[in-house]
Amino acid sequence: MLTIVIDGFAYGMSLFVMASGLALTLGLMNFVNLAHGAFAMLGGYVTALSMNRLGMPFLATLPLAFLVSAIVGALAERTLYARFYRRSHLDQVLFSIALLFISMAAADWLVGPQQQLITLPEWLQSRFEVAGVAIGRYRAFVILICAALVVTLQLVLGHTRFGARLRAAVDNQRAARGLGINVGGIFAVTFAFGSGLAGLGGALGIELMGLDPSFPLKILVYVLIVVTVGGTTTLTGPFIAALIIGVADVAGKYYLPELGAFLIYFMMIVLLILRPQGLLAPAR
Amino acid sequence: MSAALQTINLEKRFGGLVATDKVSFTLRHGARHALIGPNGAGKTTFVNLLTGVMSSNGGQILLDGEDITNKTQTQRARRGLGRTFQINQLFGEMTPIETIGLAVCGRMGGGGDFWRRMGSRVDIFDEIIGLLKRFRLIDVMDQPTKSLPYGKQRLLEIALALASNPRVLLLDEPAAGVPEAERDELLKTLADLPRDVSILLIEHDMDLVFAFADHITVLVNGTLFADGTVEAIIADPRVQEVYLGSEDHG
Amino acid sequence: MPTDTTCTAETRAMPKQGDLTLHKRVGDALSQRSRWKGAEVLFWLVLGASFLLLPERHLLLSEIVILGLFAFSLDLILGFAGIVSLGHGAFFGLGAYVAGLTAIHLTGEPLTGLVLAGMAAALLGLLTGPLLLLRASDLTRLMVTLGVAMLLLETVNKLSWLTGGADGLTGVVIEPIFGWFEFDLWGTTAFGYTLVVTFILFMIARRVVNSPYGLSLRAIRDNALRARSMGIPVGQRILSIYTFSAFIAGVSGALLTQTTMFVSLDVLAFHRSADVLLMLVLGGVGYLYGGLLGAIALKLMQDWFSAITPQYWMFWIGLVLLVIVLIGRERIDAAPRVFWARITGGAKP
Repeated sequence: MLTIVIDGFAYGMSLFVMASGLALTLGLMNFVNLAHGAFAMLGGYVTALSMNRLGMPFLATLPLAFLVSAIVGALAERTLYARFYRRSHLDQVLFSIALLFISMAAADWLVGPQQQLITLPEWLQSRFEVAGVAIGRYRAFVILICAALVVTLQLVLGHTRFGARLRAAVDNQRAARGLGINVGGIFAVTFAFGSGLAGLGGALGIELMGLDPSFPLKILVYVLIVVTVGGTTTLTGPFIAALIIGVADVAGKYYLPELGAFLIYFMMIVLLILRPQGLLAPAR
Repeated sequence: MSAALQTINLEKRFGGLVATDKVSFTLRHGARHALIGPNGAGKTTFVNLLTGVMSSNGGQILLDGEDITNKTQTQRARRGLGRTFQINQLFGEMTPIETIGLAVCGRMGGGGDFWRRMGSRVDIFDEIIGLLKRFRLIDVMDQPTKSLPYGKQRLLEIALALASNPRVLLLDEPAAGVPEAERDELLKTLADLPRDVSILLIEHDMDLVFAFADHITVLVNGTLFADGTVEAIIADPRVQEVYLGSEDHG
Repeated sequence: MPTDTTCTAETRAMPKQGDLTLHKRVGDALSQRSRWKGAEVLFWLVLGASFLLLPERHLLLSEIVILGLFAFSLDLILGFAGIVSLGHGAFFGLGAYVAGLTAIHLTGEPLTGLVLAGMAAALLGLLTGPLLLLRASDLTRLMVTLGVAMLLLETVNKLSWLTGGADGLTGVVIEPIFGWFEFDLWGTTAFGYTLVVTFILFMIARRVVNSPYGLSLRAIRDNALRARSMGIPVGQRILSIYTFSAFIAGVSGALLTQTTMFVSLDVLAFHRSADVLLMLVLGGVGYLYGGLLGAIALKLMQDWFSAITPQYWMFWIGLVLLVIVLIGRERIDAAPRVFWARITGGAKP
């Protein structure tokens, strides 16, 4: 039972790492980016290809996945996304769907439709025992990394000047601009960082969720659920939402396999009805 | 005799901030009443509370004696409470004829008719034409609203509110953003508004207030600061003090 | 408040001479949207003519018209009420399955299945419509519509004893229409049937959209806040048009089942909702014909791109969508309408 919770936590946390970038973009720029999963897929492919074709060790590919996704994200933001900030949500949705289609087809063409398999290093395979409970090493690894990331995020947001400026810009863009905060620059950096995080999440997720050209669509729904249910005014909201979804999904697949993903969607609708502004948003 | 519109100890809080502080306000029938106050005094919040855009945290609102505190925006509108917005809230793709026509049709109860061809009811034409004439919109009446000059849009904003035949009309800074050349047209139109509609005017522009109003209420920091005839308010030293600090003409 | 009844009585006022021209202008302006334009007549004539002129393509044309009807139903809520939905496929899929199940368990008579499918979809619309009215962001509403569609997909998948699950529903046998028109292999009856149903529904919707109710929908789309403060019951109107739109979507799904005699899980897949949105982008929203035109355009594009690169047509569709959205939907939307206006002699659709 505890194994399932830990499994769920690992899954949920990797979801959160992927979703945090989207939460930031949505909360900050009010931009509906359905193509976010494409950056996760990119990071995943960087890791898979580096390991399988270049023989790089797993740990080394992680920062690479982050960097490549971040750089691509920054380029995309400056050249394409920036044009859509003032457009309607429908236009943004259509734009991101277009990117989604293009990236999925490109992945299919460049790498092929098959699942990407990686062999984890020795020390991350199998399990170890803690107080009589079997814990997968990889799962534990993912939880640790993600926890470290979450803590870092909170520290950066809460205790650095950049974080303060970012929070100001999220709260009230116009006022922030009036205060001389370079909102455009913050957008670019945040978007790049969010895409990098997505890439890292995708890399970590290969072992947990698999990787093929349809990956962005598969996790799109989950990531959107995390962000919508969790709300975009805080990062803790999506964090909690991701954990709930992770555990519910794993537990659901174990205990009630007949229900499948039904449980997740149902929960989402219920949570959205109860808290349409997000889990932790102040009730209006 | 009940007032056209009345609030009793109306309150609104945003977290720890008190935006409207137990305001008891009376709008008499047929009044030409102005609500003034420095920036941030809570005038628009007050109007939002009156119309139901925001819900209050305490107190009552009475429309012609009827308690509408818990009624929705739509219900209040149907009971004769009309309002214009500080920034034009119009239907960009529709023409003035359609906009006014929609309001008139809705008022007559046929707004939900989904089978009749729009434009087949002839007797509302007179009323539409009347309103368009009064608000000097005849020459632009079949152009899409978003292509109209700002002054004309402002006039349409008021015409739309009046088309529903409200008993009480709340005008939120009608002169805001209107270029100098078009202001006279606006002022004349405001002066010609029917006397049986009770009007509350929210304004920064003191020229407009003095030309239009016979009664003034001053709102400061969400509290009712002063209330009386135009002469009384002008003479009130406290009001002069408040306005010496913030000379703001919209 | 005046005690007039509905906006439908035709009492005649006695206008003065100068007012007569004004009267005419006002009347013309108000009824302008509902008047039949030459281009519209042409469109239906061409569509009808294709029945006679392209006998080898009846199956294909039938499929295009069905998708066009589905896209049209989305236009009703997107273009006229401003509701962005990524889950409209739920109604399409539900209609498809209800029609199939009706044929298997109840009767093979096609019109019964059609009506039942529409009603089932309308019921789902009525039940899930209130979710659209949650005071929340666009994204939340988008997610809710998507969630409902995904839920339905999962449910239908799991109820495989009833629906055939991933294998699909087979054994759907449709009797001849009115006992006379048998469904043949060439798709002739199918196309004729689809065409007639589409035409009837389109005419009904066209009438509704050009009524005072329809005008209030446009107002809600343009500025819901102002509509509310005018006394328009926004929630009610959104619910009713959503239900009506769901009905039509359900009927289009039923048409697919009845003309192909098969239902697969694909009718509930996400790409159905995305495709139909794409059709509206191509064809334009808010003037009723965008769905049908967009379906034709998308099918042509899909065929063309598949011929170039059979495996990666998704890439090209994405690229086209990207270009369209970069140029600006308004300008592209306006293009068919500007074109429309030119060939209808200046009348705005």
